[in-house]
Amino acid sequence: MATTEYAARRLDRRRLAGAGGPEILVPGLPQRRAGWIDWVTTTDHKKIGILYLFTTAFFFLVGGVEALLMRIQLGTPDNTFLDPTTYNQLFTLHGTTMIFMVVVPIAAAFGNYLVPLMIGARDMAFPRLNMLSWWLLVMGGVVLYASIFFSAPAAGWTAYAPLSGSTFLPGHGIDAWILSLHLVGLSSVLAAINFIVTIHNMRAPGMSLSRMPLFVWTILIYSYMIVLAISSFAATLAMLLIDRNFHGTFFDPSQNGAPLLWQHLFWFMGHPEVYIMALPGFGMVSEIVPVFARKPIFGYRAIVIATAAIAFLGMLVWAHHMFATPLESPVLGFFMLSSLAIAVPTGIKIFNWIATLWRGNIEFRVPLLFCVGFIAQFVVGGATGVMLAVFPVDWQLTDTYFVVAHMHFVLFGGIFFAIVGGFYYWFPKMSGRMMSEGLGKLSFWVMVLGFNLTFLPQHSAGLSGMPRRVFEYHATGSLHGYNLASTIGSFILALGVLITIANAIVSLRRGRIAGPDPWRANTLEWFTSSPPPEHNFDAIPTVRSLEPMKDIRRRVREREERPAQPAPVAEPAAG
Amino acid sequence: MASRLALTLALAGLALAVAAVLATVAGADAITPEAGPTKNAVDTDTLYKIIFYTGLAVVALVWGVLFYSLFRFRARRWRTAPQIFGNASLELGWTLGASAIVVAIAIVTFIMLDGIKNPQRSGPSALAAARSQNAVLDQPPPSGGSKPLHVTVSGQQYIWRYQYPNGAVSFQQMVVPKDTTVLLDIKANDVAHSWWIPKLGPKADAIPGYTNHTWFKATATGTFAGQCAEFCGSGHAVMSAKVTVVEPSEYTSWVDTQKKLVQQAQQEVLKQRKQIQSQG
Repeated sequence: MATTEYAARRLDRRRLAGAGGPEILVPGLPQRRAGWIDWVTTTDHKKIGILYLFTTAFFFLVGGVEALLMRIQLGTPDNTFLDPTTYNQLFTLHGTTMIFMVVVPIAAAFGNYLVPLMIGARDMAFPRLNMLSWWLLVMGGVVLYASIFFSAPAAGWTAYAPLSGSTFLPGHGIDAWILSLHLVGLSSVLAAINFIVTIHNMRAPGMSLSRMPLFVWTILIYSYMIVLAISSFAATLAMLLIDRNFHGTFFDPSQNGAPLLWQHLFWFMGHPEVYIMALPGFGMVSEIVPVFARKPIFGYRAIVIATAAIAFLGMLVWAHHMFATPLESPVLGFFMLSSLAIAVPTGIKIFNWIATLWRGNIEFRVPLLFCVGFIAQFVVGGATGVMLAVFPVDWQLTDTYFVVAHMHFVLFGGIFFAIVGGFYYWFPKMSGRMMSEGLGKLSFWVMVLGFNLTFLPQHSAGLSGMPRRVFEYHATGSLHGYNLASTIGSFILALGVLITIANAIVSLRRGRIAGPDPWRANTLEWFTSSPPPEHNFDAIPTVRSLEPMKDIRRRVREREERPAQPAPVAEPAAG
Repeated sequence: MASRLALTLALAGLALAVAAVLATVAGADAITPEAGPTKNAVDTDTLYKIIFYTGLAVVALVWGVLFYSLFRFRARRWRTAPQIFGNASLELGWTLGASAIVVAIAIVTFIMLDGIKNPQRSGPSALAAARSQNAVLDQPPPSGGSKPLHVTVSGQQYIWRYQYPNGAVSFQQMVVPKDTTVLLDIKANDVAHSWWIPKLGPKADAIPGYTNHTWFKATATGTFAGQCAEFCGSGHAVMSAKVTVVEPSEYTSWVDTQKKLVQQAQQEVLKQRKQIQSQG
């Protein structure tokens, strides 16, 4: 049904968008359960993807409220809105939530939904493992937030030893944090293994690695990085758990343990984690930009190689978070050079995206706007990243609001904008309806304004001597001005996000019917109906190029122009 | 058409706003680190500016090409985009270009590193006491300077403690002589802290079980404020530090007084302890 639908698109779209179609009865198939039970027990990668999307959106709102509470506290000097302990718990929860429960799993949300569709598969390799991954993520969130009822963790998302030891934070908040990250980490690793197996084994006939969509490439490399980095982090967390509860001394300096060992082990996960968050966003931009520029992606091979290079170098830069600790000069030099080197493949990607836009026929739809916002803001985060990589300069900048500004330019102005662009782009596929362009554009400009007003002044606050993670500051110099601008900006930013959420809710019911391929896109997910049927494709098309949908559209056009020589829309896969 | 015009205007407005903001804050030292009367802080500031303006040029170039192509190649009904898949020499070119920029940054950094990392000699008007130490050790003083002053800095929740060569200690406020190289041994007693006086130069993490090092040589008197930069617990935000730079003679009398005060306090404690012991 889904395949023939595309050829018959001049028929009534409204009727076709519904489930409809001939009913196929297969004996022995389990009965569908009712309502929400069906959702939480499903093994359909698309439903799991949507579950991931709702879960991460929920955690994003929670983390966002935490951020706004912190911004209220910092809006005026010497404020007493929050007490120090609450403030410390808030930034710990905010960092942990946004990193481990929003940006990493949101890539799994889109990856789950899109990877099988993009590679022409009917599901992920291990559907039940997929369900388990989502459940582990939910449980991780429950464990973390259950801790607010006894004592929430308050050592920052980095949990530096020995502050995170039982001597200084005796409650069980840190233990809950450890257990939560074990669960979420296991969820990520299982999902990553699932992606790796799926991508290597289940691609449509003709889809060689050099014809694989760039989003799938980034999910593949993201998965390999997760397996390497998050597995090692599980061991690191176990060491802290042993220190806290079973008289271990890995990180206890009074027993000749090594607090710096925690920092090395933490950042051995923590920096690859940055690229784990960034790569899928890069992949989304690489999919969206060519569609709206009406031009193939410029330098496909270079982008793939750059992605792999970023992943490789990304595993070798961790100690640039530790430049101010007692490290030997050669160590400082090595980590500066590796961190500078990573700017090259990242720059290559940015140049390739702009070259894709160059000489295009650019349609300013909302997904493209967010991708452009991503490029423009991410390049600023990249430039400040180079400044932080130079260790003598980092000695002034590290652990200040400059770093806070840098990482939010990369993660929010960069990656999150790309993710919102991806959301606007794939929403029609997931829901069958278009989102409002007007509200989308409004949301974009409000977010751009709010984002820059929030985070640009934070660079200056850091340069003026404001360390990060402080619950109060005194009104010296321009600090009050910077922080007030930041607080006002954060609420504008929140408004921009709410407009997109409202847009999604309204469009879910009232949006224009999308049809299978509303953007005239390039990749296979647009070959099937919107939303796709449970089995994705009636017939899997053979892939002959990087842009299979362009080929299919061309052949449909040829057939419409010459009805005497009917050409098949797609050839069913052998077997 | 109207929406495109609006977009163009919005982009131009944004560019103007960014330029205006940059121009305003550049004058107010809002986009560069604090630089006070020490060579390493000034050198750090210089190195920062070199890299900052390089980065600004790259960002401006990327934004320029990005916004130009968005405007120039906006959708037109009569236009079809050429199907270009890449250009090997162009791609090689910008790869080499980007590499050249980061190599240049690395070279400049290593050239400037010496002035930031390696302590200078004390100036000619430095602390005499530090010079006399050389006489005691029967060594000729190094030409044009004298031995540096060693201060041990210990971080603990939520106060900084300083120990001077003569055994004197002080808390929160450090007093040092002008024109004298001050070498800091940074330690921590409980959790990790970070020593940072923005105007005096680099920060150095204080990690329990390790000794970190940094230095400064202030060429002007005055008081310079800073605070702990590594999150260390609920009082992290109030763990402040102050460095007061005074004339060498003033330092000598201060540190002697401080030592006497410490001794007095110790004797007081001893007396009280004896009293308590004799009573109980």
